[in-house]
Amino acid sequence: MARVTDAPKVVTANRLQDGAVVWLGAAGDWSIRVQDAQVQAEAPAVEAALAIARASAARQEVVEPYAVDVAVEAAGPRPLKTREWIRAAGPSIDALPATAA
Amino acid sequence: MSPSATARQIAPPANGLPSHAGIYHYDQMDRDFLTERVEQFRRQVARRLSGDLTEDEFKPLRLMNGLYLQLHAYMLRIAVPYGVLTSRQVRQLAHIARTYDKGFGHFTTRQNLQLNWIKLVDVPAILDLLAEVDLHAIQTSGNCIRNVTSDQFAGAASDEVVDPRHYAEVLRQWSTLHPEFSFLPRKFKIAITGSANDRAAICIHDVGLIAKRDAEGRVGFEVYVGGGLGRTPFIAKKLRDFVPEDELIAYLEATLRVYNAYGRRDNIYKARIKILVHELGIEKFRDEVEAEFARMPRAEYRLDPAIVDGIKARFASQPYETLEPISGVLARARLEDQAFNRWVRTNVAAHRQPGYAIATITLKPAGGIPGDASADQMDAIAALADRYSFGEIRVTHEQNLVLAHVRQDDLPALWKALSDIGFGEANSGLITDIIACPGLDYCALANARSIPLAQRISERFADLDRQHDIGELKIKISGCINACGHHHVGHIGILGVDKKGVEAYQLTLGGSASEEGAIGDIMGPALSADEALDAIGAVVGVYLEQRQDGERFLDTLARIGHTPFKDKVYAAH
Repeated sequence: MARVTDAPKVVTANRLQDGAVVWLGAAGDWSIRVQDAQVQAEAPAVEAALAIARASAARQEVVEPYAVDVAVEAAGPRPLKTREWIRAAGPSIDALPATAA
Repeated sequence: MSPSATARQIAPPANGLPSHAGIYHYDQMDRDFLTERVEQFRRQVARRLSGDLTEDEFKPLRLMNGLYLQLHAYMLRIAVPYGVLTSRQVRQLAHIARTYDKGFGHFTTRQNLQLNWIKLVDVPAILDLLAEVDLHAIQTSGNCIRNVTSDQFAGAASDEVVDPRHYAEVLRQWSTLHPEFSFLPRKFKIAITGSANDRAAICIHDVGLIAKRDAEGRVGFEVYVGGGLGRTPFIAKKLRDFVPEDELIAYLEATLRVYNAYGRRDNIYKARIKILVHELGIEKFRDEVEAEFARMPRAEYRLDPAIVDGIKARFASQPYETLEPISGVLARARLEDQAFNRWVRTNVAAHRQPGYAIATITLKPAGGIPGDASADQMDAIAALADRYSFGEIRVTHEQNLVLAHVRQDDLPALWKALSDIGFGEANSGLITDIIACPGLDYCALANARSIPLAQRISERFADLDRQHDIGELKIKISGCINACGHHHVGHIGILGVDKKGVEAYQLTLGGSASEEGAIGDIMGPALSADEALDAIGAVVGVYLEQRQDGERFLDTLARIGHTPFKDKVYAAH
């Protein structure tokens, strides 16, 4: 298994207006689906994607973009760290209390 | 607090206030202040959205208004001053949760309410709605004096010496936008109780106050300093045995000044007052405080008894009925219904008023999320508060709610109504009454999830016969070393850690947040979630095998030591 630091990457951020988790797509657009994220295998490509994301942050579209290690699977990229797959998939618990009236 | 800032509060409450809830009633000046503050933040949000403010510039402004950016959305932390709410306020919180969130809220260990799914663009409208009911999110974040917390039984408990709400309100007014203490080295948390039985966990606060009376009956304060959890946990040390009421503000000013002058600003991990107290030693720290106290123009900081009386007058009193001390209705119901009797045993406490009782609503149904309540549940609890408790609801630092003034005759009907909304569990203080922070499911700082493990423990021990047999046992879970889940002072504490990219859980034993405060000892290497669940079972098993008559878990642990528990948990490793 490749070391995490050698893993392919996608770029993510939170949307400024609502804080939603977003992923940078191939066209430089943002999607709320990690499956739409453009996977970058090489360091220069990751830097280029981050530059696009920072420009987007400068336009007040997103906040604090960064790159995330992923595994590339048939369904699309899957973040390797627990924190990031929870960001991608949402909380691992029901959003509503179990016994809501 | 400058004397002029508080003198205006002497005015008596306005006529026609809608409820007898024991909150401090705002005057027009308070409301004007909130309105101005909302307008200010509305402009700041607009400037952020337009790009006039960068994120770096905006972040400290939003934090001062309780707004965080978490994993999935913004999170708004709403202040509940010393944990007391009216039914109207709870209904408004439910309305906000329903309209602007996903229909639920999370009550926290600081007696606040957090909404986890907030949009930045909606925040000004939410703050408008909060201000409508005299609520806000000011100073729920930032390096300032945070929302003052207190005993959830304040003003009702049979063991209370002094009602701490009045002094909590004094402290709220003194600390709100205090110019000298708005940019401290780090955040600053004050807790106050007025009872010898500490339900406010004062030992783990930056400053803990016990309101008490001297031999002549005069009110004063036993002052503790330097408690705290997080990366470096400490139990607070006694700073002074008795500060007279009129010197309270001066003494706290002196304490905060010493912290402000000497607290470290170069290292966030060493910036809390607990580190300063530890490094100076309590004697040297006390010398510094006393020297500053002696130097101060004390008359300027004197807490005039007239101000205290004015604040007391703005708290509505409850029009109690004259009742027999022991209710026949309650006694019969307890005999006839063992499930109800069990709930009374764990969730009902003695009230100082004959014929009344204090009811704790544990927000800990079997398998539930600790501290969460849906908007519908909040509405239902508000209605129950109106019917049974003068329209007043308390929030506890153990993530539960309290109806503080219930006629004993009404307890059977209250319990049935609570059961109907999923909150009738007879588990206050028991193994499923778990404190858990939001953890990695929501929090940007967390290393591991807290809630799913809390839910699994709750399911594992759901059987109430077994819970009641185990007796008092407090489990507290934090998803990272910041310890929002108070794991250091859990009888069994659980700390979520990141072990080479995998969530793991480190267990501690023997902590306590009560008046005998103690930091738990680490049992051994961190465990997987499955192993941690089994470890809890093993610890409980050792306790049940070893306990002697009348011993609580902590008593048995103190008698036999940690080794039998460690041996059992790690036997298979």
